[in-house]
Amino acid sequence: MDFTDDQLMRYSRHILLPEVGGKGQARIAQAKVFIVGAGGLGCPVGYYLAAAGVGTIALIDNDTVEMSNLQRQIAHSMQTIGMPKVESAKKTFEALNPDVNVVAIQKRISKDNILDLIRDYDIVVDGSDNFPTRYLVNDACFMARKPLVSGAILRFEGQVTTIVPGEGPCYRCLFEEPPPPGLVPSCQEAGVLGVLPGVIGGLQATEVLKLVLGKGEVLKGELLIYNALKTSFRKVKVPKNPFCALCGESPTITELTDYEQGYCSM
Amino acid sequence: MAGDAPDRQINIKGLVCPYTFVKAKLAMEAMEIGQVLEILLDYEEASRSIPKSMEDHGQKVLKVEKVNDTDWVLLVRKDKD
Ligand SMILES: [Zn+2]
Repeated sequence: MDFTDDQLMRYSRHILLPEVGGKGQARIAQAKVFIVGAGGLGCPVGYYLAAAGVGTIALIDNDTVEMSNLQRQIAHSMQTIGMPKVESAKKTFEALNPDVNVVAIQKRISKDNILDLIRDYDIVVDGSDNFPTRYLVNDACFMARKPLVSGAILRFEGQVTTIVPGEGPCYRCLFEEPPPPGLVPSCQEAGVLGVLPGVIGGLQATEVLKLVLGKGEVLKGELLIYNALKTSFRKVKVPKNPFCALCGESPTITELTDYEQGYCSM
Repeated sequence: MAGDAPDRQINIKGLVCPYTFVKAKLAMEAMEIGQVLEILLDYEEASRSIPKSMEDHGQKVLKVEKVNDTDWVLLVRKDKD
């Protein structure tokens, strides 16, 4: 890849890294990343991937920007309240880096569209905050054999894991079934520290870049748990479940299903 | 350094850090192991920092020479991809 002078300056701090260099930066430029959700997690993930020069970033989200989002969803602003979140984020990312092609998809992701939507992408990032979507994204990535970087946040705690199809566990190995809706806090009671998705989204973006570069170790078979109150990071090894309904030896899930909605979506 | 005629030459006069090393590193990446890069520069700090960085990255610095009042010439052999 021949860099323009602007690109050379923009990406110089990457090119200087032995693990990246010109070749790694060219791989980043060719990468296509699909982000589910343009909220707390999708904003920082997309923002940092745009800054890093990821060539194509798709964002899917059906919501519009509200004042209550601005405490943590850093791609949106007072100027974009009422606008579809994906359009608001696209404006922000393109203003940061014109090299990046941002594909804004204002839709609800479902069993009927997900496989078509992710087909052309290398890596999927889950920044949704509801169990139905997380299972759907996990199942679709397993079927389409796409690496998935999954993140979740609640109150002061966040989790990250990277699922590489055919290598290690899937999201259902970690969490067999969605918790019953009564156990998940309703929207009124589900608080979150605004900076928390910044930490977790930053970790997710880092996982994506390592997958693109083929360098370092990703959180494969491991769940990283961050507690912001304690300032603690804990890594939990998660084995593949041989009885997993999706990736186990005798799977019972062979097609996609949409779970009942009605969970809180943050 | 007979036998070390450069395989490639770059002129990075007028550039300052970090672009001096960025240009040199990109040139190096495009070369084969064992080939020699000649770098012409006029930024004094880079005459010290580029050789150090090249060594840090596993390359062999063959020559650092001030050739006139303003310019330096470096010869670096690519030992590592
Ligand atoms: Zn599984």
